[in-house]
Amino acid sequence: MIKFVLRRILVAIPVMFAIALATFLMVQALPGGPFDVVGFRAMPEPIREILEERYGLNEPLYVQFFSYLGNLLQGNLGPMLRDQSQNVNDIVGQTFPVSIQLGILSLILGLVIGVPAGIIAALRHNSAIDATATFVAVLGVSVPNLVLGPVLILIFGVYLDWFPVAFWGADPPFTLYFLPPLTIDFWTHAALPVFALGTGISAGISRLTRAGLLEVMSEDYIRTARAKGLRERAVVLIHALKNSMIPVATVMGPLLAGILTGSLVVEQIFAINGMGRKFISSIGSREYFLITSLTLIYSVLLIGGNIMVDVMYAWLDPRIRYD
Amino acid sequence: MSEATLPISPVNLGMESKPRSPLQNAWREFRRNQIAVFGGIFIIFVVLVAFIAPLITPYDFRTQNTAVSRSKPMTGYIVSETQAEQCHWNNTPLEWGCTIYLAGSDSLGRDLFSRVVYGTRVSISVAVIASVVSVVIGVIIGTISGYFGGWIDDVFMRIVDFLYAIPVLPIIILMQVYFQALARRNVAAGLGGYLLELNQNMGGLLFLFIAIGVLNWIGMARLARGQVLTYKNKEFVEAAESVGASHQRIIFKHLLPNIFGPLLVAETLAIPGYIFLEAILSFIGLGVNPPIPSWGSMINEGYQGVRSNAHLVLVPGIALTLLTLAFNFMGDGLRDAFDPRMRGRK
Repeated sequence: MIKFVLRRILVAIPVMFAIALATFLMVQALPGGPFDVVGFRAMPEPIREILEERYGLNEPLYVQFFSYLGNLLQGNLGPMLRDQSQNVNDIVGQTFPVSIQLGILSLILGLVIGVPAGIIAALRHNSAIDATATFVAVLGVSVPNLVLGPVLILIFGVYLDWFPVAFWGADPPFTLYFLPPLTIDFWTHAALPVFALGTGISAGISRLTRAGLLEVMSEDYIRTARAKGLRERAVVLIHALKNSMIPVATVMGPLLAGILTGSLVVEQIFAINGMGRKFISSIGSREYFLITSLTLIYSVLLIGGNIMVDVMYAWLDPRIRYD
Repeated sequence: MSEATLPISPVNLGMESKPRSPLQNAWREFRRNQIAVFGGIFIIFVVLVAFIAPLITPYDFRTQNTAVSRSKPMTGYIVSETQAEQCHWNNTPLEWGCTIYLAGSDSLGRDLFSRVVYGTRVSISVAVIASVVSVVIGVIIGTISGYFGGWIDDVFMRIVDFLYAIPVLPIIILMQVYFQALARRNVAAGLGGYLLELNQNMGGLLFLFIAIGVLNWIGMARLARGQVLTYKNKEFVEAAESVGASHQRIIFKHLLPNIFGPLLVAETLAIPGYIFLEAILSFIGLGVNPPIPSWGSMINEGYQGVRSNAHLVLVPGIALTLLTLAFNFMGDGLRDAFDPRMRGRK
């Protein structure tokens, strides 16, 4: 298993290199540059030249790319070009933990609602509960977070006035880098965005859990377990559930990509200073190093998540061996 | 299962006289699923609306009437004589000299109803073109790599590995920024210039199609490859090979008809994703060019004022939700219909 993970990481290195190169070239190909304007006026030519020289932007592209890569290997994500009081590491330090909290809390919400809902629907197969749960799940999958966000703001923020409708309740640094603080302010602020992102996830998970459990419940080993006289609860929770999670694990990869995408939208709607919002806002100001670094972080998350999914896979289904 | 399982016999399979093709079976099964059929009908309705949008909208989607901006749904306004003259329903001037916005008006005084109706054109064309592109590319690549295997398959799998590590949305955003910057400069000549002009005439949709299409064929290709791998060692393919059928004949006559069902199901369920993607891009201002109405850009224009003018978000939001709901219902129905194991489970 360790060998498998190591090999996957090794394979990921050229992929990361290619993504870094592609993004770097794409960002540099964008017309206009970071030093075109100062305030609302055009930057004077001599000053721009000095600035470009200072950040090495006048060098040939391959020189720039490899010096960026060299810095990257030392943990230096590069300078900020417009807002020169900070560098990319500072920005990532401010935004990354927030996005991770949003993503993980939404995933937890998705699992906490989705798995039990799926189990109940499968056990009460063909009942009214099942029909309702299935319908609600399709609804949950179909409401885009683009729509759900404003609707939640309207219902819980404006009419009921229960939760604040914008910003994240706490700023980094957090304990252990990303642990959410246990303050009321944090959780009330987190409620709506996490719900906006987590609802679709929970709906998807509940559909898969239901389908997986229905499939597994007709297997022979379940009949055997019942024939041994086990209680139904033990049959479901111990024998059936683990295998029924396999289809859930298969979508974890795409799900992770969905969370990354969704967090971009949700951060925008709720004005949360996360990576997604920073990514969008930094394109306009041509922050070359920030854009490339954030794209790389996104793909590291994706690759890491997919490796974790494969490991989970092998744990769920011992027939799967990676050698 | 709780219900008694009957032994398999022609009677309970509904095959008294003549055998049916899998496609006919699936269609019979699908028709019995009311909610899926309803989803299908709704999609046809939306497509129809997209086609006849100019006939059913009372106003042009561009016409601004700043005298009555952000009006509430179903309210009428009597405006000055000159503006009353612009008041048309289906190109017929209205007698009562007024402005009525069925769904209210947006911040520039444009009729929200007309904009939502025209918005179907963007969503439907994205749904159609993105799925055609992803199916065509995906099936060609997936079938070839699954059927012939060898180095072709190896190359394909490496590409898949690479594309799976790509964070699609950030990359599409960068591509759109690049395309739009090019479009603004409007400097390219030759083919590039032609594409730019075409894109401009399509309201920015062409580049959107390219950006969405380029990165979304991969799922279809994987599916097609897997399906081809499953079927290519089956007896009927071996039989066809043994009587000397060509590769072409085996692929088109024996393999593709068999993988049609799963592909149709997967594509139907993927379409909401394409529609979302367009909506997200338009939401952050990187989709269609204004003033062309997209539901995503309408949500963007409305969400900050959701406190006082909820309808600006709700109207396009409900339209977007209903359309994706219809695709999901239809996709679920198709999946059940094409999966023989689901028969009789209802």
